[in-house]
Amino acid sequence: MSALVFADVACIRSGRILFDGIDFSLGAGDAALVTGPNGVGKSSLVRLAAGLLRPAAGAVRRDGATALLGEAHALDPELSLARALAFWVGDRTPSALADVGLAGLGEVPVRVLSTGQRRRAGMARVIGGQAPIWLLDEPGNGLDEAGVMLLEAAVAAHRAAGGIVVVATHQPIALPDALPVRLG
Amino acid sequence: MRFGSLVARDLRRAWRGGGAAWPVAFFLLVACLFPFAVGPDAALLARIGGGVIWAAALLAALLPVERLVGPDIEAGVMDQFAVQAVPLPLVAFAKTVAHWLGFAPPLLLAAIVAAGLFDLPAATLWRVGIGLAIGTPGLAALAVATSALVAGLRGSGAVAGLVMLPLAIPLLIFGAGSLDGGAAALKLLAAVSLLLTAGAPWIAAAAIRIGMD
Repeated sequence: MSALVFADVACIRSGRILFDGIDFSLGAGDAALVTGPNGVGKSSLVRLAAGLLRPAAGAVRRDGATALLGEAHALDPELSLARALAFWVGDRTPSALADVGLAGLGEVPVRVLSTGQRRRAGMARVIGGQAPIWLLDEPGNGLDEAGVMLLEAAVAAHRAAGGIVVVATHQPIALPDALPVRLG
Repeated sequence: MRFGSLVARDLRRAWRGGGAAWPVAFFLLVACLFPFAVGPDAALLARIGGGVIWAAALLAALLPVERLVGPDIEAGVMDQFAVQAVPLPLVAFAKTVAHWLGFAPPLLLAAIVAAGLFDLPAATLWRVGIGLAIGTPGLAALAVATSALVAGLRGSGAVAGLVMLPLAIPLLIFGAGSLDGGAAALKLLAAVSLLLTAGAPWIAAAAIRIGMD
């Protein structure tokens, strides 16, 4: 059974306490919505959850494989979208591209994609990764309305299948029954 | 994530960035400069030629050091590897293999040309070739570790030279030492190269991991 547990976690960046006492536990089908103004530590919380940062105090426990949608798209810009994505998700590339509405753009080089299309491509890696824990940092950045709806649908489907989702965002994203984590 | 696909990706990126042409051209250029600097004394050139080839190989291995690890950290690729629990030492070792495949075989061919420039005897050319084949994996591993250590620094190219060249001295000493026909020097060269090839990926991985914080 997958789980993501924050036990009294504090985060210090360059000598400044961003947040402390963050305490929550997510099980199958749960979601957390991390909100707060710019610079308050939303991205740091996601990186803590991903294990890329070490907490200054407390502990983070992850049971299950993890997929991260970070700031950078991590797709080789000179390759076509389908080949760049296939490096990460292999055979599941076509279905992952279809899930984010990029099915027709597989042959387009990553470097000519727009910001929103890159964001969708990053989401396709998360979907294709088949990890139970999704960590999404500003997933709505650059997405149009249809993109946000696709994102919400993908998250809902993942939760219905027993997945865990953490979304850090400053824009409204519909996440029914999500645990609110308000920073700052 | 299979090891082969990691190596293939890095090889492909190295080829896109100019391929084997850059290190080989640089290597031959350095080798060409020495006859101009020391004068057209055939006996002297034949004597120092092997050592010059070794020094040139060292500089050629250093050439792409800024492109080995830094761009992957910036693009978030290393974050993705870490999140997906791909061992970072394995990633660094794959980069070592790809870097070696990218520069060492072409360099061995170019060494034949350089040997012509210095009018090296066939026996010396053989020893240079064997020495380079043994020593270049160590150079490649050192280049990857250096690249990880200096990633994100301003002027990382210059710092990379300062970090890597002193550490490569043992390879140079035993590599050049083997030219005098010493089997013992070759064995020591192999030992140093093995130590670097086995150890450097762990250093590179630690550097990448610290850089994430």
